[in-house]
This record gives sequence, C-alpha cells and structure tokens, in this order.
Amino acid sequence: MSKHTLLSLSDLTKSFGGVLAVSEVSFEVHQGSIVGLIGPNGAGKTTVFNLITGNYLPDRGSIFFDGRDISGMRTNMIVSLGIARTFQTIRLFQNMSALENVLAGCHCRMRSGIFGAMLRLPWQKHEEREAIDIAAGELEFVGLDSNPDMAARNFSYGNQRLLEIARALATRPKFLILDEPAGGMNDHETRSLVRIISQIRDRGITVLLIEHDMNLVMKVCEELVVLDHGIMIARGTPEGIQKDQSVIEAYLGPPGNDEDEDF
Amino acid sequence: MKHGIIVNSLIVVVLLAAPIWLNAYWVDVLNSIGLYAVLALSLNVILGYAGLFHMGHAAFFAIGAYTTAILNTQFGIPVLWLMPLSGIAAGLFALIVARPIIHLRGDYLLIVTIGIVEIVRIALVNNIFGITGGPNGIFGISRPNLLGYVIRTPHDFYYLIFAFTAVTVFLFHRLENSRFGRALNYIREDETAAEGSGIDTAHYKLVAFVLGAFWAGMAGMIFASKMTIVSPQSFTFWESVIMFTIVILGGSGNIRGVLLGAFLIIGLPEVFREFAAARMLVFGAAMVLMMIFRPKGILPPLSRTYKLKTNAG
Amino acid sequence: MAPDKGKVMQLFLEQLTNGLAVGGIYALIALGYTMVYGVLKLINFAHGDLFTIGAYLGLTLLLSLGLTGHIGSAAGILVLILMVMGLVAVIGALLERAAYRPLRTSPRLSAVVSALGASIFFQNAIMLIYGARFRVYPHDLLPVTAISLFGLTIPVMRIVLFGASIVMMTGLYLFVQRTRTGTAIRAAAIDQGAARLMGIDVNRVIMYVFLIGPALGGAAGMMVGLYYGQINFTMGWVYGLKAFTAAILGGIGNIPGAMLGGLLLGVIESLGATYISLAWKDAISFIVLILILIVRPTGILGERVADKV
Ligand SMILES: Nc1ncnc2c1ncn2[C@@H]1O[C@H](COP(=O)(O)OP(=O)(O)O)[C@@H](O)[C@H]1O
Ligand SMILES: [Mg+2]
Repeated sequence: MSKHTLLSLSDLTKSFGGVLAVSEVSFEVHQGSIVGLIGPNGAGKTTVFNLITGNYLPDRGSIFFDGRDISGMRTNMIVSLGIARTFQTIRLFQNMSALENVLAGCHCRMRSGIFGAMLRLPWQKHEEREAIDIAAGELEFVGLDSNPDMAARNFSYGNQRLLEIARALATRPKFLILDEPAGGMNDHETRSLVRIISQIRDRGITVLLIEHDMNLVMKVCEELVVLDHGIMIARGTPEGIQKDQSVIEAYLGPPGNDEDEDF
Repeated sequence: MKHGIIVNSLIVVVLLAAPIWLNAYWVDVLNSIGLYAVLALSLNVILGYAGLFHMGHAAFFAIGAYTTAILNTQFGIPVLWLMPLSGIAAGLFALIVARPIIHLRGDYLLIVTIGIVEIVRIALVNNIFGITGGPNGIFGISRPNLLGYVIRTPHDFYYLIFAFTAVTVFLFHRLENSRFGRALNYIREDETAAEGSGIDTAHYKLVAFVLGAFWAGMAGMIFASKMTIVSPQSFTFWESVIMFTIVILGGSGNIRGVLLGAFLIIGLPEVFREFAAARMLVFGAAMVLMMIFRPKGILPPLSRTYKLKTNAG
Repeated sequence: MAPDKGKVMQLFLEQLTNGLAVGGIYALIALGYTMVYGVLKLINFAHGDLFTIGAYLGLTLLLSLGLTGHIGSAAGILVLILMVMGLVAVIGALLERAAYRPLRTSPRLSAVVSALGASIFFQNAIMLIYGARFRVYPHDLLPVTAISLFGLTIPVMRIVLFGASIVMMTGLYLFVQRTRTGTAIRAAAIDQGAARLMGIDVNRVIMYVFLIGPALGGAAGMMVGLYYGQINFTMGWVYGLKAFTAAILGGIGNIPGAMLGGLLLGVIESLGATYISLAWKDAISFIVLILILIVRPTGILGERVADKV
C-alpha cells in the first residue's frame, strides 16, 4: 500500500517585482508525516507557505491538497478544507483573551449567524458550549490552560507561539504548517514544542514546518526539503541532507570561497 | 454582577419615568439622544466591532427616511409597516455600495464612505428619479399609528424611541457575545490572522455593513414620522461625523460607551446652550485629545470571559 | 440648422481653460496631501482647512493693510501671498506638533481620527471668528480685463491663476529633485526606516513637509479668494476632498502625480459640469475618487506593492 499524498506542489513559482522568491518548486507531503522546509534566510520558505494558504497567488504552478486543486482559492476556504497555519511574525489577536484566540479557530466549524445570535436558540447555545470546550481543550493540549482569560499580548513570546498552534489546531486541520515555531523560544520551551509536534502527528495531523533550529529539525522531521534562492536544491531524509554537498554549500558558501581574495 | 443589574434597572426606571417631570422641550432632547443612540449603535457594528472606518452612515439613515417618506406619501402605507421596508432598502443600498469598496484599507474606506454620503445628498438635492422632492424634500409624512393610537407628541415618541433603543441594546448585546460578534472583533484586531484562522472576512465585513445599514434605515423611519418632513439638510456629512464621534469618544465596541457618548454629545450642548455654537469646536478638540490620551474612548470595551466546564468554576 | 461650430469650440476651450485654472488650485492643495501621505502615510484631513485659513488670512491682511483700492499693486498682492504662505506654514507645523506627533507610534487610524478632529476644530474656529456667511474679497484689486487669443477671450485672472500655480509647482518640483532636503523628503517617503538608517533626520523632514504643504495650500486659498471673490468657512472641505481625489488620481505619495491629478480633475469637472450636468458637478469628483479606488487604487503614476504577510 503506497502512502497517501496529502499535499502536492508542482512547478510553484512566485516573484515580487524583480525578485524571484520561489522558482519551480515541486514536492509532495505524505499523509501522517512530519516534513521540514529549510534553507537560509530569504530562501523563499515563508513565500511557499503563503502560496499554500492562499495569501499569495502563484505566478505559475499548481497546489493539490487531498486531491483538489486549491491554487487561487481564498484563504478561509483553504482553512476549512483542512490546512491550518501559524505565522513567522506572530499574528495573534493581541487584545483578546487566550480562549477567544483559540475560538477563532473553531469559527469555521460552526454555523450560527446573526439570527442565531439574536434569538439564542438551543442549538446555538449548544454549539457555542461545544466550541468553548474544544478551545479549552486545545489550550490544555499546548499547556496554556492556566490563564484562559488573559489577553494574548501578556503571554511570553514562546507561549504566544504555542497559542497560535492551539488556534490552528482548533480549526481541526488535516494538515498543519508551522513557520519557525521555535523562533524566540528557550531550550526548555523548545523541548516541550518537540513533544507537542509529535503529539500533533499522533492525532493524525500531517505537519510541514519551517525551522532554523537544526537540532529540532533533525529530531522531529522524517523528511526535509531544502530551498535556496527560491530553488529546491535537495530533499531527503535528515541524515542524507546533512551529508548533501549542495546543502552545505548553500548554508556555508561554496568551498574555497574565503580564498577568493588571494587570487 | 448583581450590582450591575441593580444599577441597570435603576437607570431604566429613571428613564421610563423621566418624561413625567420634563417639559416637551427636554423630552425632545431625550428623543434626539435616543435616535442618535440607535444610529450610533448601528454604526458601532461596523466601526466598533469590525473596526471599519465608515463615515457614511448618514447615507443609510437617509435612504431609510426617504423610503418611509416616499412610500407613505405616495402610497399611503402606514409608517410602522414601513419600518422593516426602510431597513431593507438601506441594507440593499449598503450591499450594493459596500461590495466593491469593502477591501479598501482603513483611511481609503473612510474617504470613500464620505464620498458616498455626499453623492447621496447631492442626488437627493437633484431630485433623483423625480421622487425625492429636491432641496425642499418631502413633507406630510404621517404619524405612526399603533393599534389605533396615533403617536404624536414628544412624550408619545419618547416611549416609541425608548422601546426601539431598548430592543436594539438587547439584541446587539447578544450579537456582541456570539460567533458573529467575535468574528467582527477578529477582523478588527488582525484581518490577515482572521482570514488565516478560517474566517471569511469579506463576507463578515459586508454583513456588518448591511446589518448596520438596516438598523440605520429603521431609525430613518422613526425620524421621518417624527419630523413629518425629510430634506437633504438632515443627512449631511456632519450627521455622519456626529455618529462617528459618538462611537469613537464613547468607546467603540462598547454598548455602554456608545450610549454614554450619545448622552454627552447630543445632550451636553443642550445643557450648555450658551456655548452651542462652539459645540463642534469642542468635538474637534476632544477628538484630537482623546486619540492622544484615551484612544479607546471613555468606556473601552471590556474583555469577554467564558465559563469553562472542565476547569473548576 | 447646423450648430455653430465656432461657438461649440469656444465653449469647449472656455471650459478647458477654466478647468485648468481650477485644476491648478486642486494641484496646489493636492501636493500637501500627497507629501504628508508620502512621509507619514496619513490623510491630513485638516489640510483643506489650512487652505481656508489661507483664504481668510489673506482677506484680513488685505483689509487691515488698507490695500483695497490700490489697483496697481500686483507686487503688493505678491507680498501678501508670501505672508499668508508663511503664516499658514507655521500653523501647519504647529498642527503636526500638537495633533500628529504624539500619535506617531499609535495605530494609523488614531492619527486619522485626530486629523479629522483637527479639521472640525479649524473649520469651526474659522466660523466662530469670521462668521458663517460668505465673506467678500475686495473686487477692485486687479484689473478685470480679458485678452483675446485665437478668437477666444480669456480673463487675465485665469491666466495669472494658472501661471502662479505652475510656477509654484515647478518650484516645488525643483526643490524636491535638486536640493538635499528634497532628496531627504523623497527618501523618507520611500522608506522611513531606511532613511533614518542613512542618517536622515525624519523629524525634520516631517516638519518641512508640514511647512511646504500648508504654505502651498494657504496660497491656493488666497488665490481662490482673489479669483472667485468670495470665501466661506466650509470651502476647505469641498476643495480638500477634491484635491485629495486629485492626489489619489495621480498616485498618492507621488509629487508629479498630484500635479497631473489636479489638472486632470479640474478639466474633468469643468467639462463634466458643462456637458453632463451642472447640478452634479460636486458629485463628479467623488465618483472619480470611488472609481479610481476600485479600479486602480495606486493612481496613474503610483506603483503597486504587495502587502507582506
Ligand atoms: N510581499 C512581498 N513583497 C516583496 N517581496 C517579498 C514579499 N514576500 C517575500 N518577499 C521576498 O521574497 C524573498 C523570499 O522571502 P521569504 O519567503 O520570506 O524567505 P524565508 O522565509 O525563506 O526567509 C525575499 O527576498 C523577500 O524579500
Ligand atoms: Mg520566513
């Protein structure tokens, strides 16, 4: 039985003005795996995420999710199809409570509208109750259940990242993409993040993550995709990538570079 | 919590009894406050909850008032019947004009909505479709007839407006604490994050506009039947400014704040009548000072709390 | 029964020149909007009222200096305009200090509300000082002659008006392109952070912008008073919105764009009022504004930028 392909990118291309941010990138993500997307700063990793989630429109190429072409779809539609994300620059609803932040994720799985709100019918109250329970459950899952009413801005940087993950999980995704989830975390926080990411996979959610912390990447990812200057230069297992010459060059520069000046 | 209920009931009782001691003039001032309160509450859905800088609310108010005026004077339809129709007309208008501009960034939206209110006013002055009566407007609108009782005096209107305001507060309070109200708040806080959390931001912004317009349209019906005359002067850009100021100074996103704002901005100039000419001057200065020293208004919105089943509590 | 071709042409040219003259005024005001927007990303709603202040200060100076009746004093009027420009520039800089600088780091829309408040404040202050009625400029200051050009009679004032705005715009353009300060203004408009890193004193740039823009706006106010002969405390509102439309039309933040947008809008409005409907004249610019924002929000000369997520 071959592994089910959940996400498949082919020839994905995007440029901004004259800058080619992503160039003909193609790869697949299999259901149930944890894949890392790595590369130097400005390699185009975040842009790939923004293309997948519909924040940017690709210039060329296609994005298939669960067998459907999702390129050109609105972001909120993509979320309801089952792709959730976090942002590299934390984007929480800073003045709203932790619980309300997570409730935002529940939104797309709820139905009630203006009339439901004004009439407060029994089904509407039930739905609201259920959403609050789900949100509280996700807060607990990431370990932030002690202060559900505290405003998001009052959380530490690392906890804000976890709060974003909880919000993403509340959309009940099949596929979660994390943009530098360990950015700004201390060692202790990073260790619990590693645990949380594996637990997410154990819940049956496929994970694609961008991360600079190679330690973390090597520990949690089963497969890596390496970008450099918008081009996919390698892909494979963490062990294989570590030995890959082109990847080493991308990070450290071509060999003998420092001697250039002598010639 | 108990404390709040007692205070609220007390305020309601005082307001219900107030007309007994007041003469027609002061009851009329309260009527103005009530009408502006409803208008500001409806603007609050758009400006306060969703954070959309909308300066054209007077246009929706005008559409409602003129719908009542035209249908009542032309076809003799009783004005109370026209309340939902006036709301729907304003809501439809909002749907049509808001759709192409809904994606505009904050200050661009502001300037476009100013443009809309001016275009509507100019259209009314120019007697568009030959039905708005031009600069003089439309007169002879009938009074509301409630089961045979004609609402005529300021005191009569007081109770009609009071009831309408109370229903508005009740329903909008529920709206605020719901999936819909939260969705608008998420959009206000961070539109990209809201969209990324699965919220159809374009849809909700449009719905906020239509709902706010619907309510302003209904308020337009009450205004038309109270004045028995409508004319373009009542729906200038300055009316929009007053509604906008009530929301911003009172506390955008907070029903109590908006109600307080209506009392202060409509009521205070009546108390200090000798300074009435300087009213707008003070508004202007107050807007600048508020933005510097208290940008969220006199009563900023309180954060919502939720009872959790799992936690002890 | 052929229509009189000459008359048709005459009407067209008449309206075209009128549109250009008014467009010059719009352009002068639009420069203030566009420069402030370029540097602060703020719609300075009070800018239209600075224009009004210019008109009223001009009137006060004219009357108090007893210039009324001195017909040949074109030079005197020039001096007066320069005085008005200086005074309005100072008011503009004070406005920035009081109402905008404290909000530099606040959400952008707080500053917009503050601007709106300042506009309401100015407008009502003018009304309280000068009254709500139209005020009349002395009408015998300049010769009311017209010259003939290709069989077309054009009032001299119209040519002077157009010429003056062109001179001022050219001056500004050269200033912005050729001087160090001008370069700093352009740099700050492109990227304030980068400009700061390059050693540009952004506070000074902002001060300059709030001196130059209001000076031009104030001059425009006085020119309108001289040209039309009457002024009103709400005129800045109407002119301001139209000038803002002009700035958007040309591409907000773009100085040549504001000039182009102003002239274009003046012509569109003048021709629209003649050939479409006079009653809808004031709605034309709003319709242009809305269409531009829907169809091409970057304006004619503006460039498109993608929002970063
Ligand atoms: N919205 C945008 N506008 C202009 N350039 C952009 C935008 N988003 C990304 N870029 C450019 O695309 C390139 C890749 O950026 P990004 O995807 O953020 O890299 P990474 O996440 O790998 O560090 C960079 O050169 C960046 O400046
Ligand atoms: Mg990145």
